[in-house]
Amino acid sequence: MKDIKNPMETEKQEWRKQQTQQRLKTWLTIFSPISLLLIWQFLSQSGLIDARFFPPPTAIISTFIELLTSGELFHHISISLVRIFAGFLLGVIPGIILGLCMGLYAPIRHFISPIIMALMPIPTLALLPIILIIFGIGEVSKVVTIAGSVFFPVVINTAAGVISIDSIYLDVAKNYEAGRKDFFLKIALPGSLPVMMEGIQMGQAIALLTIVAAEMMGARSGIGYLIWTSYSAFLLKEMFVGLILISFFGYIFSLLLRWLQRKLIPWR
Amino acid sequence: MRPKPKISIRELKKVFYKKQHSVTALENISLDIAEGEFVCLVGPSGCGKTTLLRILAGLENQSSGEFKIERSEKDRPNQSMVFQERGILPWLTVEENVAFGLKMRHQPKSHVKERTNYFLNKVGLAKFANMYPKELSGGMKQRVSIARAFANDPEILLMDEPFGALDEQNRYILQEELLSIWSETKKTVLFITHSIDEALYLSDRVLLMSAQPGKIIEEIKIDLPRPRKLEDIRSNPEMASKFLDIWRHLQVEVQGSRL
Repeated sequence: MKDIKNPMETEKQEWRKQQTQQRLKTWLTIFSPISLLLIWQFLSQSGLIDARFFPPPTAIISTFIELLTSGELFHHISISLVRIFAGFLLGVIPGIILGLCMGLYAPIRHFISPIIMALMPIPTLALLPIILIIFGIGEVSKVVTIAGSVFFPVVINTAAGVISIDSIYLDVAKNYEAGRKDFFLKIALPGSLPVMMEGIQMGQAIALLTIVAAEMMGARSGIGYLIWTSYSAFLLKEMFVGLILISFFGYIFSLLLRWLQRKLIPWR
Repeated sequence: MRPKPKISIRELKKVFYKKQHSVTALENISLDIAEGEFVCLVGPSGCGKTTLLRILAGLENQSSGEFKIERSEKDRPNQSMVFQERGILPWLTVEENVAFGLKMRHQPKSHVKERTNYFLNKVGLAKFANMYPKELSGGMKQRVSIARAFANDPEILLMDEPFGALDEQNRYILQEELLSIWSETKKTVLFITHSIDEALYLSDRVLLMSAQPGKIIEEIKIDLPRPRKLEDIRSNPEMASKFLDIWRHLQVEVQGSRL
């Protein structure tokens, strides 16, 4: 039987148990991708899966280093990142502005939302041929494609964010005589920020999906181009390098946005 | 000649109109409240007391009738409201919340700082100035709300059941604090409550409202000397009979609105 006379000791043990469990969970999170890679390595090397289609991770890593030292990879990465950032900003900024206007002014909302609802289901990629005709095959068309797909989740979430502001805060603003500008900066913007940030998170994920596809169709550089040409030439190790880069940047971007979210919304 | 009332309400009427039928929320409310008076409005739920307050607060328009709030200074806001719970802005710190009204009226920075600090100290929240509301208890949030209203230095204060969601201990502490700030500033207050105890303890005058249509049907003067203690109210036989008076009235009203 346990020593029930010492409550401090039992609580301490209880606390330790919780700590151990917490550590175990962290380990599981780290362990899961590593174990996946290990299994892949084993299957590929033992010939249980075809190494031509699934080259072992170690081979992919050495290809990665080769591409990196030759400077080719850096070129693809930097051009893709520039396109993503430019397209992201070009989609997010008008999305926020229009979303705020829609949330704040009902006539604008009722006028614009049917247009948004009608355009939203069309994948921007399906519009790529038209975008190429209008903007040519240069950088602008890629940036516009990304902007187009980022814009929708941001505008919809921003408008929804403003509408979801508790009416009591609107009463407070009115009762304490907030002017137009103060109402916008002190009530509408901060009040809609949490939902708006969710839209931006979504936009970020979509931007990555779009860049790869856009670079597959109409580009001569970039991570998507690397994936597509490697695949066409049956250089699957190079293709996997491209795929893993995309997944890596997706992870980094969502970490960045989460950090930004904590900075912008400290009151949550 | 009697001095001009601070708030005068004449034949105020509010009708809510919805698909073919209308509900009269307020029926010919006429009322004078003197400068520096603390008046409590007591009535059953749905009797329109919040509607009356919202009209005075400029958050809703009356259907007919008028009201006037006597102004003493040009720069002073007409009224400030202490809302029910959730009335403070979650994205502003305690200090920014208290300063909110002053900042919205673009008062000079030093003035804002001074008044904000003064009232933060008054409600005992100086230590919590840089915290966000999510870190505060319900009682502390209402202190912020009260400090914000007083800091704004309005002609009159409107309070919409500010202590309704608090437990009894906290409620009593906040009532006491409110009275202490009020006695210092001598603001005119119109206060809504469900609690008869609260009304007797706080006010100079209790107004009883009936439901549907909302009317003021009785007025009871509370002329106990101040500063008061809750124990004084409880042990005073006259107050006990007033309590029962209001209690019976509310019973009848609640029963009546059930039929």
